[in-house]
Amino acid sequence: MLAREGLLATLTGPLLERNPVTLQILGICSALAVTTSLDTALTMSVSLTIVLVLSAAIVSLIRRHIPGTIRLIVQIVIVASLVIVIDQVLQAYFFDISQRLSVFVGLITTNCLVLGRTESFARSNPVLPSVVDALGNGLGYSLVLIVIAALRELFGAGKLLGHVVLPLAEEGGWFTPLSLMLLAPSAFFLLGGLVWALRSVLPEQAEAPEVTPPEPQEPR
Amino acid sequence: MADLNPIHAWKRLLALPNDSRAKTVAVAFLTAAVCAVFVSGATVILRPIQAANRAAEVQLRLESLLSAIPGMADLLAASDAASLSTLVIDLDRGQAAEAVTPESLETTLLDTSSWTPLSPEQDLAGIGSRPDFAQVYILREEDRVALMVLPIAGAGYNGPIEAMIALEGDMETIAGITITDQSETPGLGARITEPAWQADFAGTRYQDPSGEMRFAVARGPAGGPYEVDGITGATRTGNAMTRMIRFWLGPMGYGPLIDAVQRGEF
Repeated sequence: MLAREGLLATLTGPLLERNPVTLQILGICSALAVTTSLDTALTMSVSLTIVLVLSAAIVSLIRRHIPGTIRLIVQIVIVASLVIVIDQVLQAYFFDISQRLSVFVGLITTNCLVLGRTESFARSNPVLPSVVDALGNGLGYSLVLIVIAALRELFGAGKLLGHVVLPLAEEGGWFTPLSLMLLAPSAFFLLGGLVWALRSVLPEQAEAPEVTPPEPQEPR
Repeated sequence: MADLNPIHAWKRLLALPNDSRAKTVAVAFLTAAVCAVFVSGATVILRPIQAANRAAEVQLRLESLLSAIPGMADLLAASDAASLSTLVIDLDRGQAAEAVTPESLETTLLDTSSWTPLSPEQDLAGIGSRPDFAQVYILREEDRVALMVLPIAGAGYNGPIEAMIALEGDMETIAGITITDQSETPGLGARITEPAWQADFAGTRYQDPSGEMRFAVARGPAGGPYEVDGITGATRTGNAMTRMIRFWLGPMGYGPLIDAVQRGEF
């Protein structure tokens, strides 16, 4: 019973309280690049979650036999192989979306999120908790990506998953799309806003200021 | 006596301390070997499906390019004689290449000897070197060329742009264009993929009667028969399209082929 509660906490913790994107600010590059539309963000989320879960399972399975000196290389090789396989599968069965994701599926390899989980958790935990932790982190990443992609696609193109939600002015509706939403900076703004909102609701996430500004002094 | 039982050898290996040299090498080798098999297997098994996807993509673009050209659907439907043929062209000579077929084109282009390096003055499109062979599509009506579809490529603002451009039978008028690959800025340069912008190419001429190259993507609305509308906020992408089309329809591109068609050799 206790173990099950522990697993549940491992799964749900990374969704909001320890979200890898908003709390640890990991995986930002792909979060910016693939969130112009919801379907690319969904594909990217699913791909990353699969890679994360499988790599955590494999690393956890062989954790007692990874020599300390080459552990990072072993982990990266495993992650990279999984990523290539996923990329090939996407190119074979989801050709359109893989064209639009272009290099970003390949860049899952260098996503700090994956290596972070295998290095800090899967390497020192049994398979089941590792998989659950990886799944939780994958879902946490997916949640952020989907929220940002939904906002960007809705306000940038007036659509969600390709369906018209806000009829565009140029097609006889009333909505003038915000082109900024389709550019990379808007993902920064939205992500920043999201981090701010989360840390206002959960103040314990806010980091202590690293430097204290000096008190203003009257000139003498 | 040495124990040759592989299961015992495996157990001995696992029992070695993790930081021993033998185990480090063995783990590195085994991980690499297993991953290599896995990756190669996936690539080999999925390659036919991927190749079919790419071919279908090109075919789809070609069909949408043809259907977007005014009057083309009627032409295709009207006569059985109007048929689209695929041809590999030797760009330098402007003739059909005898030794290369559409099937062997990909392998031929892997060889660097079938590419011509371009000097900076020649290299309007920013491609560095130009393939000597290209696969073009020719639509014949009775025994004259009614339309020719040419693949073109060039350096855009964010990355390579690949496109197919269609010329009308007179070889002086652009009949249409379609972008097959690009990575321009979404919402700005990437609007070159929009049919509304591409529609403006139909009927545009690319050179004046003296043969001087005049085609341009305008800054703002098109002025004159040689220009198409520019896209606001995408000047660099527009310039790239201008240079790319001027290069490929010029003497280093399909110029010899266009001359040959005008002489009635096809």
